[in-house]
Amino acid sequence: MVAISRDEVLHVAQLARLDLTEQEIERFQEQLNAILEAVGKVAELDLSDVEPTAHPLDLANVWAEDEPRPSLSVEEALANAPDRDGDLFRVPAG
Amino acid sequence: MKWEAVIGLEIHVHLKTRTKMFCRCAVGALDDPNTRTCPVCLAHPGTLPVPNKQAIEMTLRLGLALGCRVAERAIFHRKNYFYPDNPKGYQISQYDEPLCLNGRLRLPGPDGVAEVGITRAHLEEDAAKTLHVGGAEGRIRGATASLVDFNRAGTPLVEIVTEPDIRSAEQARRFLQVLRRTVVELGISDAEMEKGSLRFDVNVSVRPGGSDELRTRTELKNMNSFAFAARGIEREIERQIAIYESGGQVEQETLHFDPSREDAPPLRSKEEAQDYRYFPEPDLLPVEPLREWSLDELRATLPESPAARLERVLAAGVDLRDAEALNAEPERVSLFEALRDAGIEAKPAATFVLNDITRHEVDPARVNGAEVAKVLRDRDQIPREAFDAAVAASATDGFSAEEYLRERTVADASELDPVIDRILSENEQQVEAYRGGKEGLLGFFVGQVMRETQGKANPKAVNDRLREKLAK
Amino acid sequence: MIETLRLTAEDAAGMLERGEVSAAELHGAYRAAINERDPELHAFLTTVDEVEGEGVPIAFKDLISTRGVETTAGSKILAGYEPVFDATVASRCKAAGLPLLGKTNMDEFAMGSSTENSGFGPTRNPWDPERVPGGSSGGSTTAVAAGLAPWALGSDTGGSIKQPAALCGVVGLRPTYGTVSRYGIVAFASSLDQIGPITKTVRDCALLYRIVSGRDPCDSTTVELPEPVELPGGEDLRGLKIGVPRELNETEGIEPGVSDRVNSALELAKELGAEIEECSLPRSVDFGLPCYYLIAPSEASSNLARYDGVRYGHRSAGDGDLRELYARTRDEGFGDEPKRRIMLGTYALSAGYYEAFYGQAQKVRTLIKQEHDALFERFDLLVSPTSPTVAFRLGERTQNPLAMYLSDVLTIPSNMAGLPGLSIPCGLSEGLPVGLQLIGPQFSENTLFRAGHALEKALGFDFVPERLR
Repeated sequence: MVAISRDEVLHVAQLARLDLTEQEIERFQEQLNAILEAVGKVAELDLSDVEPTAHPLDLANVWAEDEPRPSLSVEEALANAPDRDGDLFRVPAG
Repeated sequence: MKWEAVIGLEIHVHLKTRTKMFCRCAVGALDDPNTRTCPVCLAHPGTLPVPNKQAIEMTLRLGLALGCRVAERAIFHRKNYFYPDNPKGYQISQYDEPLCLNGRLRLPGPDGVAEVGITRAHLEEDAAKTLHVGGAEGRIRGATASLVDFNRAGTPLVEIVTEPDIRSAEQARRFLQVLRRTVVELGISDAEMEKGSLRFDVNVSVRPGGSDELRTRTELKNMNSFAFAARGIEREIERQIAIYESGGQVEQETLHFDPSREDAPPLRSKEEAQDYRYFPEPDLLPVEPLREWSLDELRATLPESPAARLERVLAAGVDLRDAEALNAEPERVSLFEALRDAGIEAKPAATFVLNDITRHEVDPARVNGAEVAKVLRDRDQIPREAFDAAVAASATDGFSAEEYLRERTVADASELDPVIDRILSENEQQVEAYRGGKEGLLGFFVGQVMRETQGKANPKAVNDRLREKLAK
Repeated sequence: MIETLRLTAEDAAGMLERGEVSAAELHGAYRAAINERDPELHAFLTTVDEVEGEGVPIAFKDLISTRGVETTAGSKILAGYEPVFDATVASRCKAAGLPLLGKTNMDEFAMGSSTENSGFGPTRNPWDPERVPGGSSGGSTTAVAAGLAPWALGSDTGGSIKQPAALCGVVGLRPTYGTVSRYGIVAFASSLDQIGPITKTVRDCALLYRIVSGRDPCDSTTVELPEPVELPGGEDLRGLKIGVPRELNETEGIEPGVSDRVNSALELAKELGAEIEECSLPRSVDFGLPCYYLIAPSEASSNLARYDGVRYGHRSAGDGDLRELYARTRDEGFGDEPKRRIMLGTYALSAGYYEAFYGQAQKVRTLIKQEHDALFERFDLLVSPTSPTVAFRLGERTQNPLAMYLSDVLTIPSNMAGLPGLSIPCGLSEGLPVGLQLIGPQFSENTLFRAGHALEKALGFDFVPERLR
């Protein structure tokens, strides 16, 4: 059975950009292990000859023609922006 | 030891659709900031992608032009990573089921044709544009903030990945050149590096000549021209060889070039082990091209391959530089070939197309090759002004060589001799003076002959013949 | 004075049609009911004063984007966010003239089965305010049960319409995947999310489904309904073959009171002319929950990546570089359950685990679909309890995520297969409503409505909570 280590919890939190507290790290490690133990049973099935289902409906080739539609105004685009500089969204450098 | 370079390319090309890949905002990466956005390309909560059919068709045509197999079923995947230019937190791309795969391009060169394998050609969306402020010259180093313009976010992008089949910087340059011509002539992209509609990364490694091992490679990013890239690759090959020869090991890393300062050494960074957590994009359905398109019909829309064209021009005996210049416009090659059909040698035919036609700003597509070939054939018997006039007129309706050929000069000794003999006998004093050492008198005799022939004599022939006769 | 507790949407539409009441008066009556009862129940996060439209008013779960009206999906990370566009279902309701009453509370990003995971405080069950309404559409089911809205829209990923409908004694439909547009619905798990009606009667449910269903060019995964929605009228079940899957009816944890009510309903169905036979879904129930808890968190981990404080929503106030901004914004903005599922999903998708988890879960999904398909060769419908238990007490399951996840054990299998499911109330156990789940093959909504309506008539369940009568 897979068990998720503390290092893995930290790695996953980093991948997911979650700044977890020490308490959260401990609690999540414990809870994730319990959940993984419960859900990990799917890994035990031999399904090598089963096709995966990505979608409940068996559809393909859905698209749109290349016809432009109106865009938002700049004000609408930036209406919810937490920070802006003129007509641009502003974020700290990274 | 003899070393061999192993080079692979990853090329990104903006498609020339009217709208973005997954929303119907008009494409306009260079328009005023954030004027080409909608809830979908700003990744507002709950919005969903709808693929652009035209972009899929363009990718299929490119795939066919590169000899790829078109997949029966292609899937869009999510590539997950955080960056302000990636509004959804994932880029919709293709992963293990791309639209086109396993192609090859016959790449002609001075030493014959090399085959370059095309691993895949897939469709994805471009990121937004970030501008770094507060640091020097908009560079990321030292910047205090980034400003984001989402106009470019979601622009359709084709990624073409080659096999590591390229063996030199020069070959890489040539491949990029030919590939660029291919997408431009397919009409699917402007592929202009200055506008960012063509970008590429290069993977470079070296190995002992003749071996087939694959050693650690480095990735070169951000090069802004083919020539710059060729120099960068050259230097990287030399650097890796030097490391191995001094007993060292090449490290896997990325070299970021500064496109604004070609002389600056590239920034090196360790390749971080990325974990993009690819999975099938659940908001999109599979694409099954063969159910919608006939590959034969798509193939019928393909223009002649620029690679094949280059191969023909080189085979005709034109050097690489001229051949590539000719190949830069299919019409130039057509004219070149019309001239060859009319019996003109390769070198003068190429020179004529590249120099004369270009200098006179004549549209090569409209030039009557067979007719202009007649003028070209007698070029040294026609006064320069008449020749230029013929070139300038060569693309006009009803252009005929005849009126310019009438200006043809007389160079034939049998026609010139009677005139020369008469003039010499009429000017015995001057002949004596010349023979006595006043060689400056030659011009006087030439002038007399030209007047007598009403300018139709070929000046060079007259000169030669006069010298001969006066020497006696 | 209009009494909203008993008024069905269909009756309200009749009153409007006959001119007995104006749309504004009707809207006002519900707003008055909200003012009176919502302080205790907390079904609404936002209410709307303007009356736009001449029809029967409606409430939306707060993950349906409404232009100019705050839409939070129950998360602090979206506090203050006002969409600049309408979700397709919101546009369709607008086009049908349904004025908006407000936006209802929910588990954050629809992750939960009790509405306790809301970033803005829990909703209480109108049958017993000490108990949860179920979730994640608990705000919508409470609003309908308590007469705060004649009908409402919810969303269902693992059971988020059916389960709270059961716990609140109302009707809820999770439609066939792809029949209702997801455009503008704050996403949880894309391959499972569906919008559906929450109503007092099955006929209301059909009426609302008729308004919101159909292909949407903005959602690639939608389809046109193969046949128009029929308003059910018949009161018998003659000719209908009903399968009773053993595993869905005998799973450990189903309360005896719940089983009793479901068995009585089955007896009634037989009296109405249905053929009833036991059958089996050997792997769907065992593997449905694990499969769901791999697929849904994986998709959620990616769907929730857009909440980064760049374009909208919460942004952490502290100084720092980009990476710190992301990590702090997301840590402050997301509650416990989204964090837990983002962690689980990120882990399940990460290098080395994809095949064992997400890839394998998609194959299990195929098995579940095949098992259901096989049963629908013999049966028109499958029946089970909607929830193993009646409404549980607030706080009872919040400390144990796995116990909470088990609330959806009976709704998840058919959801994994993309099948429609209808929950109707079938009686009380310990004074609390019990839900009956009817499952049909894809696009069988008309059959579900027909059966649901006939049973509803025969059961005669009084949907007004006893304490409010």
